[in-house]
Amino acid sequence: MQARSAVTIRHPVEVVYGFWRDLTNLPSFMNHLESVEPSGDGRWHWTANAPAGTTVDWEAEIVEDLPNRRIAWASVEGSEVGNSGSVSFTPAPGDRGTEVRVELTYDPPGGTLGKVVAKLLGEEPQQQVSDDLRRLKQVLETGQVVLSEGSPEGTRFLRLLRQRPAQPVG
Amino acid sequence: MRANCWMGKTDLKVQEVPDPKLLNDRDAIVRVTSTAICGSDLHLYNGLIPTMRKGDILGHEFMGEVVEVGPEVRNLEVGDRVVVPFTISCGACNSCRAGLYSVCENSNPNAAIAEKLLGHSPAGLFGYSHMLGGYPGGQAEYARVPFADVGPLVVDDDLTDEQVLFLSDIFPTGYMGAELCDIQPGDVVAVWGAGPVGMLAMASARLLGAERVIAIDRFPYRLRRAAEHTGAEPVNYEETDVADALQWLTAGRGPDRCIDAVGLEAHQSNRVLQAYDRTKQVARLETDRPHALREAILSCRNGGTVSVIGAYGGFVDKFPMGAVVNRSLTIKSAQCHVQRYLRPLLDRIRNGEIDPSFVISHTMPLDEAPQGYELFRDKQDDCTKIVLKP
Repeated sequence: MQARSAVTIRHPVEVVYGFWRDLTNLPSFMNHLESVEPSGDGRWHWTANAPAGTTVDWEAEIVEDLPNRRIAWASVEGSEVGNSGSVSFTPAPGDRGTEVRVELTYDPPGGTLGKVVAKLLGEEPQQQVSDDLRRLKQVLETGQVVLSEGSPEGTRFLRLLRQRPAQPVG
Repeated sequence: MRANCWMGKTDLKVQEVPDPKLLNDRDAIVRVTSTAICGSDLHLYNGLIPTMRKGDILGHEFMGEVVEVGPEVRNLEVGDRVVVPFTISCGACNSCRAGLYSVCENSNPNAAIAEKLLGHSPAGLFGYSHMLGGYPGGQAEYARVPFADVGPLVVDDDLTDEQVLFLSDIFPTGYMGAELCDIQPGDVVAVWGAGPVGMLAMASARLLGAERVIAIDRFPYRLRRAAEHTGAEPVNYEETDVADALQWLTAGRGPDRCIDAVGLEAHQSNRVLQAYDRTKQVARLETDRPHALREAILSCRNGGTVSVIGAYGGFVDKFPMGAVVNRSLTIKSAQCHVQRYLRPLLDRIRNGEIDPSFVISHTMPLDEAPQGYELFRDKQDDCTKIVLKP
């Protein structure tokens, strides 16, 4: 499963790269992630939310790190959910900030776990990545993920299909 | 609190709903003192705007008193009297920094829906469908205002609500409509739609130096009001052919600047075209009825400018592109970038150059909103603009 998306964020490359390079920040804009914590030896422990309050987790390492240019990561051999990704940072033309381009690859296993992975990424991994980048832009430009009463968790693909009424949250 | 909720096509209910709560750190909660019904609210009322949900609170023209501020709001205090722009804008993205507040890149959490229909998403708006954010509107006792450090304009107590309320939407919209035309000395400006926005566009055209202003509508009371308050010369399209009338009035040149303040529910006297547009609209083959726009383009003088501030949602048929290309026409449009105009237009009100309250014809309690919508839609009782008091 592959997905890619891009967004322009009104901050210099150093700021955007710096925010992403601290992988513990990823859950603040990637809804499907519960946490990303360093586990020593240059490895990171990723935990993703799965249906019914369960979690799926794996170990990953940063396989490429070009400061202010590009970061790439991959799950280690033997992970339940094989996945890899990269993000590149380019100054946007006309002093508009930074162009962020993300590419993700997931190798979903078969069976039940495969279904779990499919569910946590939503029907549309493409939409998932786009939503993640939209939230990243909101966090960096406005300070928070932007919430509305129709979408009280903020941008979220599944929520688009089942909006709350535009009334205050009770 | 009580709020005017959309329950379906032509079905509104003022009912008890929860009070607003702060959701983001830059929110404020406003106690609404005055709010109005907009012509574009009628498109929601008539079921023409997609992505509405039963229970959505309507209203995007409102003002009142700040009663609560979020922890990151540094320039508003509880007790401040504010007018709130209908556009929700973060102030920090490239669009907001360029003054294009109505296309804020961050304020629509449901941007993915809008992108499907429009290509990219505009800003979130108060009370105007889930495609544009799913934000409750201001026809209620209280409203949550996101990015309260960017939008709301603090106004002092010596001006009445009626004098400043329309800074929230229709005055900046009318003014921007005139400004987009790039009015030159000696220009004749024709405005389709003598409703509140149209009349404020006419008044603004005068402020911006138009030599003559022409108002096009079918209701004598609206044409009379426009003539009385803005000096506009009336053209009633049910009594006369508009193209002929404009040719006569401009000695064959056509108006230099044309403003479409009608939008997607255009009515027209040509029965065949009206039936065509209505049928296609009902069959959802055409979402908008562009009769006023077609007429504006066809009658504009060669090399002139057509400014579109009427509300449109989707797609139109039979667009006179040939006229645009062959006659060097410029078409300019925007959803109003309200935040850009708040202070300059407040100054004009203070200086006595204009008092927008002239558009008001009725005031009623919030509880009578459903009757108000009917009155407004059917143009009964010389209705021009209704202000609701929660």
